[in-house]
Amino acid sequence: MELVLAISVGVVFGAGIWLILRPRTFQLITGLLLMSYAVNLVIFAMGRLWVDKPPITPTPAIDPAQFADPLPQGLVLTAIVIGFATTALYLVMMIGARGLSGSDHVDGEEPRE
Amino acid sequence: MLLASLVLLPFLGSVLAALMPQDARNRESWLAIGVAVGGLAIAAALFPQVAAGEVVRAEFAWLPAEGLDFVLRVDGLAWVFSMLVLAIGLLVVLYARYYMSPEDPVPRFFAFLLAFMGSMLGVVLSGNLVQLVVFWELTSLTSFLLIGYWHHRADARRGARMAFTVTATGGLCLMAGVLVLGHIVGSYDLDVVLAAGDQIRDHELYLPALVLVALGALTKSAQFPFHFWLPHAMAAPTPVSSYLHSATMVKAGVFLLVRLWPALAGTPEWTWIIGGAGVCTLLIGAFVAIFQHDLKGLLAYSTISHLGLITVLIGIGTPLAIVAAIFHILNHATFKASLFMAAGIIDHETGTRDLRVLRGLRHKLPITATLAIVASAAMAGVPLLNGFLSKEMFFAETLHVGGDRNWWMSYAAVAMGMFSVAYSLRFISVFFGTPAQGLPRDPHEPPRWMRFPVELLVLACLVVGVAPGVSIEPLLHLAVVATLGEDAPAYDLAVWHGFNLPLLMSVCALVGGMLLYGVLRRHFDLARRERVPLLHRLNGAQAYETTMLQLTRGAEWLLRRVGTRRLQPQLMLMMLALLLIPLLLAGAPPAWTVIPVRGFDPIFAGMWLIGAGCALAAAWMAKYHRLAALALVGGTGIVTAATFLWLSAPDLALTQLMVETVTTVLILLGLRWLPPRIESIAGPVQPPWQVWTRRTRDLALAVGGGLALAALTHAVLVHPASDTIADFFLLNALGGGGGSNVVNVLLVDFRSFDTLGEITVLAVVALTVYALLRRFRPAPESAGIPPQQRFEGDPASRQSPAEQAGSGYLLVPGIYLRLLLPFMGVIAVYFFMRGHNLPGGGFVAGLIFAVAILVQYMLAGTVWVESRLNLRPHRWLGFGLLLACTTGLGAWWFGHPFLTTHTAHVEWPLVGELHLPSAFVFDLGVFAVVVGTTMLMLVALAHQSLRAHRHPGEDLTADGQGGAEGRRI
Repeated sequence: MELVLAISVGVVFGAGIWLILRPRTFQLITGLLLMSYAVNLVIFAMGRLWVDKPPITPTPAIDPAQFADPLPQGLVLTAIVIGFATTALYLVMMIGARGLSGSDHVDGEEPRE
Repeated sequence: MLLASLVLLPFLGSVLAALMPQDARNRESWLAIGVAVGGLAIAAALFPQVAAGEVVRAEFAWLPAEGLDFVLRVDGLAWVFSMLVLAIGLLVVLYARYYMSPEDPVPRFFAFLLAFMGSMLGVVLSGNLVQLVVFWELTSLTSFLLIGYWHHRADARRGARMAFTVTATGGLCLMAGVLVLGHIVGSYDLDVVLAAGDQIRDHELYLPALVLVALGALTKSAQFPFHFWLPHAMAAPTPVSSYLHSATMVKAGVFLLVRLWPALAGTPEWTWIIGGAGVCTLLIGAFVAIFQHDLKGLLAYSTISHLGLITVLIGIGTPLAIVAAIFHILNHATFKASLFMAAGIIDHETGTRDLRVLRGLRHKLPITATLAIVASAAMAGVPLLNGFLSKEMFFAETLHVGGDRNWWMSYAAVAMGMFSVAYSLRFISVFFGTPAQGLPRDPHEPPRWMRFPVELLVLACLVVGVAPGVSIEPLLHLAVVATLGEDAPAYDLAVWHGFNLPLLMSVCALVGGMLLYGVLRRHFDLARRERVPLLHRLNGAQAYETTMLQLTRGAEWLLRRVGTRRLQPQLMLMMLALLLIPLLLAGAPPAWTVIPVRGFDPIFAGMWLIGAGCALAAAWMAKYHRLAALALVGGTGIVTAATFLWLSAPDLALTQLMVETVTTVLILLGLRWLPPRIESIAGPVQPPWQVWTRRTRDLALAVGGGLALAALTHAVLVHPASDTIADFFLLNALGGGGGSNVVNVLLVDFRSFDTLGEITVLAVVALTVYALLRRFRPAPESAGIPPQQRFEGDPASRQSPAEQAGSGYLLVPGIYLRLLLPFMGVIAVYFFMRGHNLPGGGFVAGLIFAVAILVQYMLAGTVWVESRLNLRPHRWLGFGLLLACTTGLGAWWFGHPFLTTHTAHVEWPLVGELHLPSAFVFDLGVFAVVVGTTMLMLVALAHQSLRAHRHPGEDLTADGQGGAEGRRI
């Protein structure tokens, strides 16, 4: 399971890197989305993998070793929401740049080739 | 405390002055006078202690961890200097009241002037070297602001820039020097450093420290070869020149040298560096001053020369020379300030400062003329005036040190004396001769109180010159003892020492100077000469400008060579760095203590087969098939959400799912504005080889990055977790936070300050998106209805979205979705309410609620929804933030730190026991902000389509309506 997750994170991250190096704004935004999935999963994995042990404590007296690590979860939750905000911002930049420059190239102008 | 108020008072006055109205010339001056008088009173109150030889110290913790304290310290030297700063400041303020014209914005002037006074006092009173550098740079900054006061004038801007560049660069050198000193001594405290003179001089870093400190002091005091900034600083209003550029700020350099004299002086290096710079400055300044045509220019070069004289004395470094240096600092401040003021009066009254035009002013300005002549005589070193005394001490010192071997030093001193007599004569020549005709203004005596400061200063010159023993001696003694300690030499401040060599030198200088002036006037056409003979090539300003130009060119060249404005190379380098730097830093992997790994789960693997496959397919499709790519990315997102759910993170799964939904809708709304990109039917054109290389390179980078992250993740996962703070959260969530869902408690209780920051970011982003979209004009070719929707056979293509949902083909789904709204609302409330104990919470609930509204928009269109539902997302944002902050502040009311939570358990009829933590209210704020953010962004995007549907030609009205619309949402 660990190996599966590690490989998957790698694949998603690699696809993201490939996309952000492309010249079109839409490719960039998809790349960023993919990279944020991968990075969120990595941060999440820092708390190790737990199956069926959500950090929900029924009583105050518990054995902490029997629960998943809540801290990376809290951090990733924040990251997801902030990621949403930055995606929105980027999207508006994408639309605005297209309206201003008439091009959807990341540099705002078609390459001279 | 008294000491601290001495430094604080001017800064306080500065703030007050800045707040006054433009035309409050009188109030401004009264304020400044009050500050100066208050400062003088405080200083006077300190006098008994200082006179008793005490060092008064006030310490405030600044960076205690670094061993840095904010230390204010008064000894005799500091006291005398602060009196100088305050007294001349008082006179300058009085003078400035009449000098500044009613059109000048006086608040700015007095605010800067008072800030300078505070900074200068800070320099003088600092008991900590780092703190001294801070105030030092503040004086550079205020000097910059004051020189550039008339910023509409190019020469003022240029002069200000030049002065700032030179003095602030020197200040940085000084900072480095101080750090070296601190390294040698182990403390930045002035008393410790001064006591460690031998240790410093024996240290191998002595020379670097000395050079750096000297660079700071020499640039500030306008010493050769950095002297060129001072004449250009004369673009400042004359009160500023009088205060900063003759009496005080330029003295900061020599003050520092005197201050650090016990720690640094006494070596050949000291004498050569400081003395050498001083001798050059003294001769060049005095010589060039003779040939100036601008009154203030002449005074500026003469100031340079006198500063050179003081520097030479400090460079000589014998105790008697230090006495002479301090004495001359005081004398020079007196006569030069008065001369600048006199020059200002002449400028003010005649409208010009040109020595070639001004003549015979003694007829129109008799009193000013007398005063200026006396002050010039002091500058020239005429007996019975203060300048004579210190200059004679200077001659004596050069003789003493020079002896037979360094005879040139005495000759240089006499030459400087001659030059100064010559330029003093040149200065007073404006008062003699036939009255000039055709001056820009008809001169008459200035107002009584404008002349008063000059009168007072000239009186001081006379009193000190005639009776030094009773007037200046006690003050000088204070400063000298503070610098030299107990071994202060015996000196005799008397007018008459009998016939001796220094007196002969004085006489030589006086007679020679008069002859020189006569010869220059008769035979060298002094009044018309454009260039300074011999030295005109020595143009520091030109060198400065050339250096600046070369720097700019060099920077441009470097930017062209190594910089790029293209995004792709930047991102590639970032990715490369991301990949390589950890590899370089990682070193050998730690020993593999493998923990038992969970077995291979085929369903999980299958899920990720889909997820990773989606990601790869999205990467493939993103160029031509944006919609497909977006759907594929969503696939990866859903697999991610499922993974969170699988791996014991239900909150994350919920949030990810909702964010996924909203993001997809958002991007769908944006897709429409991108230009069409259609793959040619015949298959892709064979791209050139450069493109292939680039793609191969990018692919390699992508594979490398992916592998690296995969390896990292796997390495972490097979290692046992070290101790984390997770246990604390798990154990205290229910007891301390009152909720069993630890992640939620973490967000709204333990780390609620983080969350507060986060929702603020959300609100800011939403407003930014909104603001950007209001300015946005869509590309013309994407403005119309897309061709896919323009099919004439389809009745829906002629209907508005509202019609489609109200009576058209979307009628059934429309009704279903309208029915769904209250249910989704209830679900949002449900997830919100249970959030503290079970998966859910403000974020999730907010997103669910936003999606509920969103689907209405999607189906029925903006117009239909907004005619029925007025959402006002701005208010959601505002109330949300307000609620979260108030909850946090509420804790203060009960005497707890910001954002402390409290849980109340309330017994409700029917519902049963309900626990109400204050974090609940905080979470409500989070909820409102999330709803507001999402709605604001989506609605702003949706409104773009409304604008776009208007036909071209309606642009003007569309703008107006667009604005109105913007206000409505």
